[in-house]
Amino acid sequence: MKKLTYREAIIEAMDEEMSRDPNVFIMGEDIGEYWEGPFNEYAGLWQKYGSERIRDTPISEEAFVGAAVGAAITGMRPIANVMFANFLTVPMDEIFNQMTKLRYMNGGKMKIPLTIISLSGGGIGAAAQHSVCMEGLLNSIPGLKIVSPATPKDAKGLLKSAIRDDNPVIFFQNLALILSGKKGDVPEEEYLIPLGKADVKSVGEDITIIAVGNMVNTSLKAVELLRDMGVSAELIDPRTVAPLDKTTILESVKKTGKVVITAEEPKTGGIAGEISAIIAEEAIEYLEGPVKRVCGLDTPIPFSPGLEKFWIPDEEDIVRAVKELIEG
Amino acid sequence: MTALEVDKDLMTKLLEKMILIRRFEERTKKAFADGEMPGFVHLYAGEEAVAVGCCSALETRDYITSTHRGHGHLIAKGGDIKLMMAELFGKKTGYCKGKGGSMHIADINIGILGANGIVGAGIPIAVGAALSAKLRKTDQVAISFFGDGASNSSRFHGSINLAAIWELPAVFIIENNQYAEKTNIKLTAKVKNLSERAKAYGIPGVTVNGNDVLEVYTEACNAVERAREGKGPTLLECKTYRTYGHDEGDMQTYKPKQEVEYWKGMDPIIILKNKMINSEVIDEERYLEIDRAIINRIEEAVKFAKDSPFPLPEEALEDVYA
Repeated sequence: MKKLTYREAIIEAMDEEMSRDPNVFIMGEDIGEYWEGPFNEYAGLWQKYGSERIRDTPISEEAFVGAAVGAAITGMRPIANVMFANFLTVPMDEIFNQMTKLRYMNGGKMKIPLTIISLSGGGIGAAAQHSVCMEGLLNSIPGLKIVSPATPKDAKGLLKSAIRDDNPVIFFQNLALILSGKKGDVPEEEYLIPLGKADVKSVGEDITIIAVGNMVNTSLKAVELLRDMGVSAELIDPRTVAPLDKTTILESVKKTGKVVITAEEPKTGGIAGEISAIIAEEAIEYLEGPVKRVCGLDTPIPFSPGLEKFWIPDEEDIVRAVKELIEG
Repeated sequence: MTALEVDKDLMTKLLEKMILIRRFEERTKKAFADGEMPGFVHLYAGEEAVAVGCCSALETRDYITSTHRGHGHLIAKGGDIKLMMAELFGKKTGYCKGKGGSMHIADINIGILGANGIVGAGIPIAVGAALSAKLRKTDQVAISFFGDGASNSSRFHGSINLAAIWELPAVFIIENNQYAEKTNIKLTAKVKNLSERAKAYGIPGVTVNGNDVLEVYTEACNAVERAREGKGPTLLECKTYRTYGHDEGDMQTYKPKQEVEYWKGMDPIIILKNKMINSEVIDEERYLEIDRAIINRIEEAVKFAKDSPFPLPEEALEDVYA
């Protein structure tokens, strides 16, 4: 194992895939000649691959995401960098009507191997137009795969799979994790992590915690606190909400009978609601209490540090939800 | 290139393609009115010279993106009218296995990257195909067809700018039929010729009579050649007129009578036919022969469509992911 930051792991994935496949190229704002990504998420790639394959774009998300669709259906394997996840709403036609529907509407005769990389999540005081998790919002689009890695190892292995996938994938780089600089174990040798396979981040018996994106890291802290309290929590990281590994989730729920779902989104209409519904439909007879959702507030994410901290769930919120379930 | 260089064989091909589109649309209009087609259809009649003039400047390996009013582009690029008609009828044998319908036909093998139900959406897709051709060094060209309506969209600006800065082998065709759905371009654009907008992107902009197929063909050849030589994109505005409504059922009460009468005299098929008769390329009898043969082909396509099965309901579950 080697130690890499989340940011370094993502760069390594792009570098390896660009070396491996000449059809992989990247388009985005501020990623090449003048700057290497707003948070150095593309460091070194332009020097290595040049302007043909690391393409600085104008601030025209519709144009370059649409161009990525056109390139993907004609034999290339583009990566489009849409800087902040909020900005995904600008090329939303490309996401909602084009890249995810063209194949189906054409009777399956096209492949659209396109990856969009975008920074998601709050916690750095960027306010509501630069801080968002969109798993729930995007999850109702058939034809899309959605990746939300929480660790350097997952980020690298999942991004490599996303790039190799013949379907459109949105890969969320968690902004707080990009900035954290915290290193994690990453295998020395090349590896892939399949899309659609959850990871059990902590094995437990008493309760299942399902966490999406950076809430996995918050939940790991909660698992430690619960352990000190004598509660054995199992932490499931779906890693990709689409496709969702229902099997791993349901097996854990059937084992523990109690479930808390946490995501950094407004509670209403978010991914936690969808996972709750699946559990209700397929495993309700195993439940010993209500499904608990620990999510953000039903407001835009606020700016001021105290407000933002109040908005984003923390380990105490998760522990509280677990205690409520256990204590009935 | 000048129009004089267009030889007799090519003229005949242009004429045949235009008649094929016209007859296809007339037959589609009837089938829709008879209640045989679901959804809605947007007919291309009146604008045939644009699709035929432009696609005739392309090779099979080149790309096009089309619009909601796409039948003409698809036929002009070599689309199979049987598979098209079957798709319009919602049949399993159609181009999209009945999943797309009139506005979503594609044939990737002959460079048709798709009609599109969203106005302007094909523009960046064509830019991407042109970028792909450039990166793969294949010498292919991508044409994007879109209307005067799309030329007011943000994607028009962003996409053409992108193609211009990267000097991509793309040609942008504004099919100015003067109505964005039901609103006249006079209300929605300040410039006289929409091709003037090319100046904003540092690329050539040309306006032609979109009902004169030889004029369209000549300028399209110039633009395609420029693109293929790596000199970048061109904006080509073809001024034309939509014979039927925005979609079938639109009674076009908003169109002034005089305007309609004027454009009746500008029928692109009649314009070419008269030129060909005057220069003795064909005579009236040969013209009728061509027309009859095309009508037969269309009827065969309709028969194929009608005789074909509908998809099974559970086929709705297929083709979401590769």
